[in-house]
Amino acid sequence: MATIREKAQEVIEEFELFDDWMDKYNYIIDLGKALPGIDENIKEDKYLIKGCQAQVWLVAEYNGGKVIYSADSDALITRGIIALLIRVLSGHAPEDIVEADMSFIDRIGLKEHLSATRSNGLLNMIKQMKLYALAFQQKK
Amino acid sequence: MPIHTDTVRKKFPILETEVNGHPLIYFDNAATTQKPDMVMDRLRTYYERENSNIHRGAHFLSQQATEAYEAARGTMQSFINAKYPYEIIFTRGATESINLVAHSFCNKFVKAGDEVLISAMEHHSNIVPWQIACKEKQADLKVIPMNEKGELRMSAFRDLLGAKTRLVAVTHVSNALGTINPVKEMIELAHEKNIPVLIDGAQATPHMTVDVQALDCDFYCFSGHKMYGPMGVGVLYGKEVWLNQMPPYQSGGEMIKEVSFKKTTYNELPFKFEAGTPNVADVLGMEAAIKFILELGHTHIAAHENDLLAYAIEKLKQLDNIRFIGTAGKRTSVVSFLFEDIHPYDTGIILDKLGIAVRTGHHCAQPIMDFYRIPGTIRVSLAVYNTRREIDLLVDALARVREMFG
Ligand SMILES: Cc1ncc(COP(=O)(O)O)c(C=O)c1O
Repeated sequence: MATIREKAQEVIEEFELFDDWMDKYNYIIDLGKALPGIDENIKEDKYLIKGCQAQVWLVAEYNGGKVIYSADSDALITRGIIALLIRVLSGHAPEDIVEADMSFIDRIGLKEHLSATRSNGLLNMIKQMKLYALAFQQKK
Repeated sequence: MPIHTDTVRKKFPILETEVNGHPLIYFDNAATTQKPDMVMDRLRTYYERENSNIHRGAHFLSQQATEAYEAARGTMQSFINAKYPYEIIFTRGATESINLVAHSFCNKFVKAGDEVLISAMEHHSNIVPWQIACKEKQADLKVIPMNEKGELRMSAFRDLLGAKTRLVAVTHVSNALGTINPVKEMIELAHEKNIPVLIDGAQATPHMTVDVQALDCDFYCFSGHKMYGPMGVGVLYGKEVWLNQMPPYQSGGEMIKEVSFKKTTYNELPFKFEAGTPNVADVLGMEAAIKFILELGHTHIAAHENDLLAYAIEKLKQLDNIRFIGTAGKRTSVVSFLFEDIHPYDTGIILDKLGIAVRTGHHCAQPIMDFYRIPGTIRVSLAVYNTRREIDLLVDALARVREMFG
């Protein structure tokens, strides 16, 4: 299976194919639509990462040495970006996730979505993904 | 003279900005307006030729700066038709004005079991300071409800005005909904029971003439930056009888008469409430903004903005699945909406890509969003330099959003 770094590189290469923001966002929207998300009945407060503009729910499971994430958002663009984050981070060992370099978000021109002013929960979502990994790592 | 937007826009260099390859369309005026040349020139001239600390030095520059600062107070006084110049307190903005009253008024006049009355459509700035003050005094914060259109329910307001009510604090114009509240009538009703009223005018002064004596409000608050002036400066108007009885808010230099280590006597109004070196440059910048407004004339500004508002509503109505939030009979310069099937955040992102600046989210008025059970809205807020053409472009952009997400 590809490493986190390899998957991030794959994403970067995919995004290089778009020549304008419309194509890029249409793709993100498609990713958002395709994301399985999480069940309405587990959208509980303990999984909620509150943003001022959009909400994110994040669930993490630890299974056979790997962290499996599922997540959801009420905004579609946010869901699309979540899909990318899950694609890159989910299914890896906690220590790899903790150390993961997330600069690919910047490289694919989506850094603005992680700024504190967007306040859409994504920035905290990444923090939370790493915190879960850290917790699983320490439990080992 | 009716507003000629080409001429007006020339005074706002920032409006020539390009965003993501599109000419900027600035529809976030309720958050802060852009600043005309004359405001920026005033700031520059002050620092270039007049800068000095005021009320302190007897030297030439200090006297000149003091005179300019006090003249600006006079401009504010006549802008809202206050009776006396010392009823104008300079603050950092509406937020600080409200905090000042919440602290000093409640300190003196509110005790355990009393009530402070606010409304369901307040900005967080006109909620949280009262929550804190009430908690400190073990008083209760009561809320005037609103109807589905975003209008305050006057019969409920009448019922809430009781023997325990110490103060009513209500917004003149809602930043999220654009509703113009019937503040004159509300003040009359409150005064029948000898209850003083604070009006949060942050969203009113850019759009309409305010006469605090005609309103007979006890306090009135506004911010320079929402009316073409600089950030970090605003006004608290308070009736002399209240201000005189209220203890100081902050303390330090300027606000004292005599200081020894045993005892300090406070300065008279307005200095009692202006501790420390004031924000002279921005006060003068705000004065320049007021001159800008007065030169255009509130009547003409309102006529232009009302025309744009009606035009925007008419055009937006034609989009599928649009839901307007706030449809009050009396409103100004704000249209809040969302698509039933598209998250406001998603809409906002695409508009931004197309160079259109709107506010998405809860607009610092979360209780309103809870009331409508929505995650937020897209708020288009208008100013004197906006045009019908910009509204057309907005509607085109929204049609594109519908194509992308629909
Ligand atoms: C109705 C209302 N009140 C108060 C404020 C606070 O103003 P400021 O941030 O300038 O202090 C705002 C600003 O958004 C507002 O819209």
